[in-house]
Amino acid sequence: MNKPIRTISIFCLLLFVALMLNATYLQYYKAGALDKDPQNRRVIAAAFSRERGAILVGRDPVAQSVSTDDQYKFQRTYSQPFKYAPLTGWFSYYSQTGIEQSQNDVLSGDDSLLFVTKLVDLLSNDSSKGGSVELTIDPAAQTAAYDGLRALPGDVQGAVVALEPSTGKILAMVSLPTYDPNKLAGHDFSEAGKAYDQLNANESEPLLNRAIQTRLPPGSTFKVVTAAAAIESGNYSADSQVPGGAEYTPPQTGNVIDNEGRDCGTSRIPFAQAMENSCNTTFAALANEVGAEGMRKQAEAFGFNSHYLEDLGPQAESNFPTDDALSPAFVAQTGIGQYEVAATPLQMAMVVAGIANGGTVMRPYVVDEVQSPELDVLDKTEPSELSRAVSSSTASELTKLLVATVDDGTAYPAAIPGVVVAGKTGTAQSGIDNVPPYAWFVSFAPADDPKVAVAVMIQKADIPRGEIAGGQLGGPIAKAVMEAVIQ
Amino acid sequence: MAQNSGSFLGFVHRRRRGAELFLLVLALAVGIGAYAAVGIGVEGEVPADIIGYGGWLAVLVVGCHVVVRFVAPYADPVLLPVVAALNGLGLAVIHRLDLAYAADSSDATPAGFARQQLIWMTLGVLLFIGTLFVLRDHRVLQRFTYTSGLGAIVLLLLPMLPGIGATINGARIWIHLGPFSFQPGEVAKVLLVIAFAGYLVLHRDALALAGRRVLFVDLPRGRDLGPILAMWLISLGILVFQHDLGSSLLFFGLFLIMLYVATERPGWLIVGGGLFLLGALAAYKLISHVTLRVDVWLHPMSYYDKSPGSFQPVEAMFGMGWGGLIGRGFGDGSPQRVPYANSDFIISSIGEELGLTAVIAVILLYGLIVERALRAALVCRDGFGKLVATGLAAIFALQVFVVIGGVTSLIPLTGLTTPFLSYGGSSLVANWVIIALLLRISDQARRPIPDLSGPDEIADSEATQVVKLQS
Repeated sequence: MNKPIRTISIFCLLLFVALMLNATYLQYYKAGALDKDPQNRRVIAAAFSRERGAILVGRDPVAQSVSTDDQYKFQRTYSQPFKYAPLTGWFSYYSQTGIEQSQNDVLSGDDSLLFVTKLVDLLSNDSSKGGSVELTIDPAAQTAAYDGLRALPGDVQGAVVALEPSTGKILAMVSLPTYDPNKLAGHDFSEAGKAYDQLNANESEPLLNRAIQTRLPPGSTFKVVTAAAAIESGNYSADSQVPGGAEYTPPQTGNVIDNEGRDCGTSRIPFAQAMENSCNTTFAALANEVGAEGMRKQAEAFGFNSHYLEDLGPQAESNFPTDDALSPAFVAQTGIGQYEVAATPLQMAMVVAGIANGGTVMRPYVVDEVQSPELDVLDKTEPSELSRAVSSSTASELTKLLVATVDDGTAYPAAIPGVVVAGKTGTAQSGIDNVPPYAWFVSFAPADDPKVAVAVMIQKADIPRGEIAGGQLGGPIAKAVMEAVIQ
Repeated sequence: MAQNSGSFLGFVHRRRRGAELFLLVLALAVGIGAYAAVGIGVEGEVPADIIGYGGWLAVLVVGCHVVVRFVAPYADPVLLPVVAALNGLGLAVIHRLDLAYAADSSDATPAGFARQQLIWMTLGVLLFIGTLFVLRDHRVLQRFTYTSGLGAIVLLLLPMLPGIGATINGARIWIHLGPFSFQPGEVAKVLLVIAFAGYLVLHRDALALAGRRVLFVDLPRGRDLGPILAMWLISLGILVFQHDLGSSLLFFGLFLIMLYVATERPGWLIVGGGLFLLGALAAYKLISHVTLRVDVWLHPMSYYDKSPGSFQPVEAMFGMGWGGLIGRGFGDGSPQRVPYANSDFIISSIGEELGLTAVIAVILLYGLIVERALRAALVCRDGFGKLVATGLAAIFALQVFVVIGGVTSLIPLTGLTTPFLSYGGSSLVANWVIIALLLRISDQARRPIPDLSGPDEIADSEATQVVKLQS
């Protein structure tokens, strides 16, 4: 019987080897994936009771872990909760959003950048601490944007984004209505859950970061893109004559586009006048001259139909119709930022930032530095080029038009004495009954050496329908933000 | 020594009792050290009762050693230390989970599973010693072939009786007698090994020689299929009526291995393997809870928040992944998140807090038990002893594979205890008796052949036995 016993022993050996291989697979190779599973409460509980790194704006933490006496040892606190909530997000036992989520590895101390710190902690038997994240936000600009948007009457729904054109740094990002992340990060989980349910059920969607998650028709601010496409085509410069007139009827249709009473001359008018008075007829006609494909390519060169924000999410992709055989009636509508054109405030800020930066759109980013718990800089984001949207000559022609629009046109509320400002207003039809138009404003300054580009979007405020205008509502906010950066 | 002259080629096994004692000290260090580590990790100090606890463990283990030294001097020196280490580690982990349960519940008194387990261990050790004292020669058991078989069947049927049988966690494998609850299946498996061994040693020739050759494989005769079909049906019955997937698999696998060893014919493995596949497939198609187990095994993540679902195995995977290579350390994991972390899923608790290192160590310890048991089977001089030792080794191998494989999602989950580690009296006591039987067989096997020329009582009985076998 010894031969079968030997065979059985080999069989048993195989069984045990299989067990050991499987255990190794589970605890070594698969461990990382298991730790990342959102259902894995161990990782969250551990992260919850660890000293998490701070989220810094300048030198001030807007989110930090404060030690407590309860079992989780640390309470996440937000010092300026409402102003920064769309950026920081929240860190609760059940979920994380915003920077708390996108930079979780650094903040919790799991990132490989923090390897040395972790090793030292391990050897010295200290409980490990997370690294800090410094944002690109300019606190003055953020405050100006937040205060400006909040000063509008009623329950405001809107967003402001400010970029540094030369780098893509996000200098301000505000979204209203906002919320208090402190209430979601509390250790009384039933209270926190209740707070979350309330916010989540709220019709005005306070948990939404409108700056990157809300897409709306950009209206007349999109005329900047149409103008860019027209000038890039080589047929126009800032001094050219463009099609004008009180009415424009696209080929093959009967839908008439008018200018809502603004002076757009007769058949040919100067380009500057068309931009200053935001002439729908001009840009609808220009859009058809450029064609659906040319319009799409220009929009995509500025970032439409793509995903580019890497350190904050989830980002909604701005939309431009991808059908190159679009009928002229619709192409005309896209030329004035209507039909299926939909942009996030960040996207519109990138359009003006690209023009301000000589035609090069920089990839937007919000995490400037990753720091160790000892505040050593471990990683600094290098600005990177996202695309060349227009040539530098086109950019300077566009700048002339936009400066004229502030100096002599609809964008005058953004004018800053002693500073050359470029800007464009927008009032977009919602296309939905009983939903008032959306007010937009985009600008950058100083026009000769741009330091800041701003987009303001007001989705809803307590303003009579007839008085909603991008210039009146958004202009002063954009001005305040630009002033905060320049001064 | 005069006895050595009679041994084959002059070779004689050394007793190695000193080596056993040395290994036992190491095993005690594991058990008591783990208990102290639990105290330090969870409560920040060495437990106050470490002297009493350690002393008690030491008394039990050294007691075993002393008894072995006197009544089974040639027994394998590795088995007892391995078992002592596993049992000590299991006690510490159960104690760790007691503390975790106490921390999670409102009343601060520990649940006391560890204390209970220590009592069971004491009982197990007493039975171990009793077995070694009473059973001076394992061949005596062959007389109880049919008694054991009947006993096993009665024990397996007991949980089905109304009144004393009870369904716990969906499996009807428990009986309640007054304040005690008991899993008769744990004892039944020992009796089954004895019954199979006794039966097979008598009928091996018939089962081995007759048959026809198909495609280079000797297939058995149809009429000899009776026993294997009967065993197959019993296994299926356990599965269908008691919902006990693990035991069903264990019993059938055990019988198959013993049949193969007894007959030396791989054909039986093919027949048995085919029957197993047939049964498994039918069970998967027809029995809903088996279907669920397999589906949960294939897609664990999508059943996580369903009920019944995969919360338990997925939590075990999360825990083991969280433990990683060296584990979180006692007190720094959350092994109590896994339901039944101190019984069926104890290996996930070990994986989480002591890491892959400890899991591999535990698997290797089980491997050592199986290896030493099979070695005893190899050197054993009688067929019955060989079969019993092989059967006991197979039980260990299969049970460890089924339970650890189930917990680590290598195979679908089936409920079985992890020998010596898991909380559970029936299993612990039965396993101590199994070790006693293995020690007895290895003692007989390694003992020098008695001088047959002299009037020796043991030699006489052995001679009689052999004649009887060949008749």
